[in-house]
Amino acid sequence: MTAAFRGPRPGRLLSGGVPLLLILLFVFLSVAGPSIWGEAASASNVAEANQSISAAHWMGTDDLGRDILARTLVATRNSLVLAVVATIVGGCVGIGLGLLSAMSRRLGRALGALINVLIAFPALLLAIFFAVLFGIGSVGSVLAVGASFAPGFARITQTLTASVVSKEYVEASRVLGRGPIYRTFRHILPNIAEPVVLYSTIHIGTAVLALSGLSFLGLGVQPPVYDWGRLLNDGLTRIYVTPGVAIAPSIAIVLAGLTFNLAGERLSDLIAGRRSAPSARRSQPRPAEPAPDPAGDGGGALVDVRHLRVTYASADGRVTTPVRDVSFTLAPKERVGIVGESGSGKSLTAAAIAQLIEEPGHVEAERLRFMDADLLTPDDSTRHVLGRNMAMVFQDPGEALNPAIKIGTHLIEPAVIHLRESKPDAKRKALDALRAVAITDPARRFEQHRHELSGGMKQRVGIAIGLMGEARLLIADEPTTALDVTVQRQILRLVDRLGARTEAGLLFISHDIAVVSELCDRIIVMYAGFIVEEAATADLLESPAHPYTSVLLAASPRMGLDKSRPLVAIDGRMPGPDADLPGCYFAARCPRADATCLSDRPPLRELADGRRAACWHPLTEPGDVPTSEGATI
Amino acid sequence: MSAGHEVAGTPPAKDGAEPPAREGARRRAGAGRWVVFAGRRLVRLVLSLLVLLAATFIMVHLIPGDPVQTALGDQATPQMVAQRRHELGLDLPLPEQFWRYVTGVVTGDFGRSIVTEAPVADLLTTRFPNTLRLAGPAFLLVVLIAMPVGLFTAVRTRGGRGRHVRGWFVNVTGLLNSIPDYVLATVLSLVFVVTIKAFPAAGDEGLSSYVLPVLALVAGPAASLSRIVRVEALKVLDAEYVRAAKARRLPTGLRYWRYVLPNMMTASLTYGTMILAGLIAGTVLVENVFGWPGVGTVISQAVIQKDYPLIQGILLVLGAAVLLLNMVVDVVLGVLDPRSRLGEL
Repeated sequence: MTAAFRGPRPGRLLSGGVPLLLILLFVFLSVAGPSIWGEAASASNVAEANQSISAAHWMGTDDLGRDILARTLVATRNSLVLAVVATIVGGCVGIGLGLLSAMSRRLGRALGALINVLIAFPALLLAIFFAVLFGIGSVGSVLAVGASFAPGFARITQTLTASVVSKEYVEASRVLGRGPIYRTFRHILPNIAEPVVLYSTIHIGTAVLALSGLSFLGLGVQPPVYDWGRLLNDGLTRIYVTPGVAIAPSIAIVLAGLTFNLAGERLSDLIAGRRSAPSARRSQPRPAEPAPDPAGDGGGALVDVRHLRVTYASADGRVTTPVRDVSFTLAPKERVGIVGESGSGKSLTAAAIAQLIEEPGHVEAERLRFMDADLLTPDDSTRHVLGRNMAMVFQDPGEALNPAIKIGTHLIEPAVIHLRESKPDAKRKALDALRAVAITDPARRFEQHRHELSGGMKQRVGIAIGLMGEARLLIADEPTTALDVTVQRQILRLVDRLGARTEAGLLFISHDIAVVSELCDRIIVMYAGFIVEEAATADLLESPAHPYTSVLLAASPRMGLDKSRPLVAIDGRMPGPDADLPGCYFAARCPRADATCLSDRPPLRELADGRRAACWHPLTEPGDVPTSEGATI
Repeated sequence: MSAGHEVAGTPPAKDGAEPPAREGARRRAGAGRWVVFAGRRLVRLVLSLLVLLAATFIMVHLIPGDPVQTALGDQATPQMVAQRRHELGLDLPLPEQFWRYVTGVVTGDFGRSIVTEAPVADLLTTRFPNTLRLAGPAFLLVVLIAMPVGLFTAVRTRGGRGRHVRGWFVNVTGLLNSIPDYVLATVLSLVFVVTIKAFPAAGDEGLSSYVLPVLALVAGPAASLSRIVRVEALKVLDAEYVRAAKARRLPTGLRYWRYVLPNMMTASLTYGTMILAGLIAGTVLVENVFGWPGVGTVISQAVIQKDYPLIQGILLVLGAAVLLLNMVVDVVLGVLDPRSRLGEL
């Protein structure tokens, strides 16, 4: 019931049923208009000639005393029918050319080149050209507008066909010896129909405008036949005498153009399956829950994170929480790895520390510090501290470099901006940095752009940029995932070597526990937005405390540890960021879970050897006292 | 330190084998690449110009009926027609006619108007600059409006935010997009010239007479280009390199100026060229509304009177203007985006 009374929103109103209604109106006018108003439109009455807007003639009369409104309504048929015919003409010629060029390689090249030249010319210019060729009048202008549309149709058909032709079933059909005509009608046309129909719908509107434009120039339909452009042309000559007469045809032209534009947009929305969502955005204020520090004092730490939580409000108002509760510290020079499967919140944790969470994302924490800077209340000095002392290496080395600027510019920017170095100094330093990451011929690379570098080289550049400040912390977010295995090892070695040289701390994010264990002193295991275990690398590998960690280890073929332990197969999936469970998020997949696990959240508590785990039934013996009473969330 | 100390001193191995194509690219480094780029682009321009010349030439020969007879009217005797044909060189073999046509155009001889007998070149040199005076400012305004408006809306509507901004933007640009320039011109002159009398009625009478024609020309293309800019800007704002620039704490201004803007412009201009080219054609209609003394006010009359040399001349200069614009945009793209110089064009 309530849904029926929900008022339409402005955006919805224009893109929803209104275009459909307008199309129906135009169809009705085209069909019935001439028989309803035909008489009024053609009845000349010299006594009432050149009248302005009046009660008897809402839009005035023309020089023969004919009612302009009636003429505008009657002209709907001519304007629209000619536009549809012109679109069909253009569509048939263009689609034909497009298919032809896609079918044969040699013909395709020639036709493609021709289409390339033709498509550069505006439709109106082509239309004038063809109007000269085909002659002035209804037929000439329809052919002219149709011909001016053909290159556009040819191009879209060519592009779409090219993407379909390479598909497997078309290849298969070719192998089966099916002829090109069979392939065209069986496979290609049905697959390109949707976008072509969409393109045509929008072009009916364009055709109305183009035909009216030609008529407006006097090159379209000729008297006594008239369409909207002709009426507007007549109106323009009398605009100083009776200004009203230009209004009706103007409105008709704009409305028709708008209708088909909106209909096209609506169609493409439907095709794309996009749906506009309700607008209300719920905010979920969360009462601050004071909890004892699970990670100790954190004094003197490089990074100090306590009860970090990252939420996202989606467009439809739902709030998801990909990072639920993360607390840890990272001491100067320490190397910490965060491991977890995709969706565990590891990358967002890093992004939160690097202040890279953007709207609609939202960061909450009890404490979030880097060196001396409080990242919860960042000010201008925070920016420089982060710029100077925190470096970040991204997963996709290519995408992290700006294609529009030189490699060198990336390198000197941080030094010039944050360290206030002169450009020559910065350049000298940049060349050193490139040398340090083992890039050959740094002077030349400095001048190059990203597309001239290989994947591994791009990632080396990414690391070199990190060397330009005075990095105390390097955050590496899956820096090797996008690289070849051999290149991966080189990058890892490079990170290791440079880390040792610069004495910077390292926060290394990866889904691969083997990679992390090679580099890091300490490993944090994340699951569903929580830290489930944290321990020194050797301890964690030897005797994982959390059942999830052991599963993770068992699933990592490269580790080859503890082959005696039966491989734990786990069903199910990690709870998504929208889940809201009272107990342990791993419980549903955990072989050791009991009723407590499902009802109560296990706190991240201290076990023996300074390791921490969030589990009611850890695989190793728990220590004395839990450091955290109850979980936060 | 746990692992990997022993490799600290190892000489770095080479990255995975470089694709051989890169070696070729390397040899063409620096200035040489620019020459290749400019050369390719020039060849394309010349080819397009040839197509334009051939099309306007063939046009006259494809028209059903004898253009000379049509132009001279029914009363003309066969002798008059033959005489005229000879004068126009229409009795020569086609290739020779084409050669004369091309050499004529290159030397600035566009023939004479059939109707007025005046040299077409004279008319073009007096009128075409007027058309450019209209198209030039309109062109600049379209870019200067669309880029900031599109970028601003993109920033305001990122990640599903600013739904009202998005709604308004889409509806307003959609509306402006649907108003053809000649209708807008008519309505503008109805309101501001006829009713309010704020601007001169017609012709070129100083700065104030530019306002309405330029406005009529700019509105639609600015709306559709800003739509394209918004979409492209949204992509660029989400790009990893913008995030990386943010991670390096580059100042916001620099981030937009050096990271967002060039990348947004390359993409927008690639798609926007057609919109800008359409503007040149749009002058034809708008000139007719405002009685602007450019080539647009002449062409419709020329078509109706079948004054073929004049039609050819006007189509040639308008077409050449479009091709030149494409070339300029490509060069700008080449400067902004080095990839397009590498022969992807």
